[in-house]
Amino acid sequence: MQAVRIIPCLDVDRGRVVKGVTYLDLRDAGDPVELARLYSDAGADELVVLDITASSDGRETTIGVVSRAAEEVFIPLTVGGGIRSVDDARRLLRAGADKVSVNTAAVERPSLVAEIATEFGTQCTVLAVDVRKTGEAPGRALEQVAGSGYEVVTHGGRQPTGLDAIEWVVQGVERGAGELLVTSMDRDGTEAGYDLELLALISAAVDVPLIASGGVGTLDHLAAGFLEGGADGLLAASIFHFGRYSIAQAREHLAARGVPVRPVYA
Amino acid sequence: MIAVLDYGIGNLRSAEKALQYVGADARLVSDPEQARRADAVVLPGVGAFGACAEALRESGLDEVAREAIAEQRPTLAVCIGMQLLFDESEESPGCHGLGILPGVIRRIPPGVRRPQMQWNLVEPVSRDGRSSGLLGDKGEWFYFVHGYAAELGSPADLAGTCQYGATLTAAVERGSLFATQFHPEKSGRAGLALLARFAKACGG
Repeated sequence: MQAVRIIPCLDVDRGRVVKGVTYLDLRDAGDPVELARLYSDAGADELVVLDITASSDGRETTIGVVSRAAEEVFIPLTVGGGIRSVDDARRLLRAGADKVSVNTAAVERPSLVAEIATEFGTQCTVLAVDVRKTGEAPGRALEQVAGSGYEVVTHGGRQPTGLDAIEWVVQGVERGAGELLVTSMDRDGTEAGYDLELLALISAAVDVPLIASGGVGTLDHLAAGFLEGGADGLLAASIFHFGRYSIAQAREHLAARGVPVRPVYA
Repeated sequence: MIAVLDYGIGNLRSAEKALQYVGADARLVSDPEQARRADAVVLPGVGAFGACAEALRESGLDEVAREAIAEQRPTLAVCIGMQLLFDESEESPGCHGLGILPGVIRRIPPGVRRPQMQWNLVEPVSRDGRSSGLLGDKGEWFYFVHGYAAELGSPADLAGTCQYGATLTAAVERGSLFATQFHPEKSGRAGLALLARFAKACGG
């Protein structure tokens, strides 16, 4: 049967979990391993760790975090951020990550997706995409961007790429991405809900699993990600980190709304 | 000692750590001679069937797995490790697995997201007293990541199924050999309980 995954996301900077409002104004929500174990015990289906550290020695810290998490957290772990080569991916997988996600580096060098998929399998290879609605970009004529009205952006949403988001993810799946992690940069940090139109477009265009990200502020937003967006994984950060809702509350709410979820008994 | 066969692919550390977590003396072993001396063997596997089959052969650990199974030492094969017990997969035409169990690995039928990347309910199959009990006696939820599934040549090997568009092989069993398509080391409490039962069957 189908079971939609509830996925807390940990943004990690130099070994600490942070969550910003639209990637600015970061707040500290604690030790990532502590938080990972807490979510695992609480019944999260999967975890995503995004390394947002700028410096390379910070990245060593992240490998240490993954390594420590692997000793006590026994649910799937996806790690992303700063992966630019097969070797970067290998080090994270050897440390205990199950999947690696690539984002900016895949835009700069699209063959990276194929290289990782060939070496470790498509099931290890997550293509993360940050997307903005082009109609909402001030000062840009709509005809400058293609088809869907959604554009791939990088560098925390500041850098437009000219790539059509739907075409990009379809190509990514052809190159070997076994899963997509799609973040709406218009919604990220706003708590206004996922961009459901974007999710529905992508869900219809590919047949690999789709993780929705960016904008969750309520439990209804999670439900809509599946019911209207067609997502298979529902990612959220701040609503969980700051204790507004528990994983159990999310699960109960989703079940009540008719979203298929894994039953978890305490 | 339980040897988790390390032939250089993907995340093997979680299997080792999960077994240690439930109290087993488990370690990653890449040296075939050392692996031969183990009381029990775990054959993991992530990635493509062909790449895993090739890496396993190059490591020399394929013979270790064969011997362990032939000598009736407890053996647990996981995910692609389970698929490698068969001879062929539609994923990698022309590549050969261990050919220990009859059957073929086929692509999950269309109409569902592929790969299956989610938790699913595994229902144990009645095995008329031939069951090791490793799967437990009631249905449990486990984590799956796979685009292909085993079509068994010998239905008596079937230990558990899951529903994903079709009825898929979730676990197989023959003598001291037990194998899961899902990842017990990534399946939270239910997975740790399964690994604890396996560790117990290995005598600690």
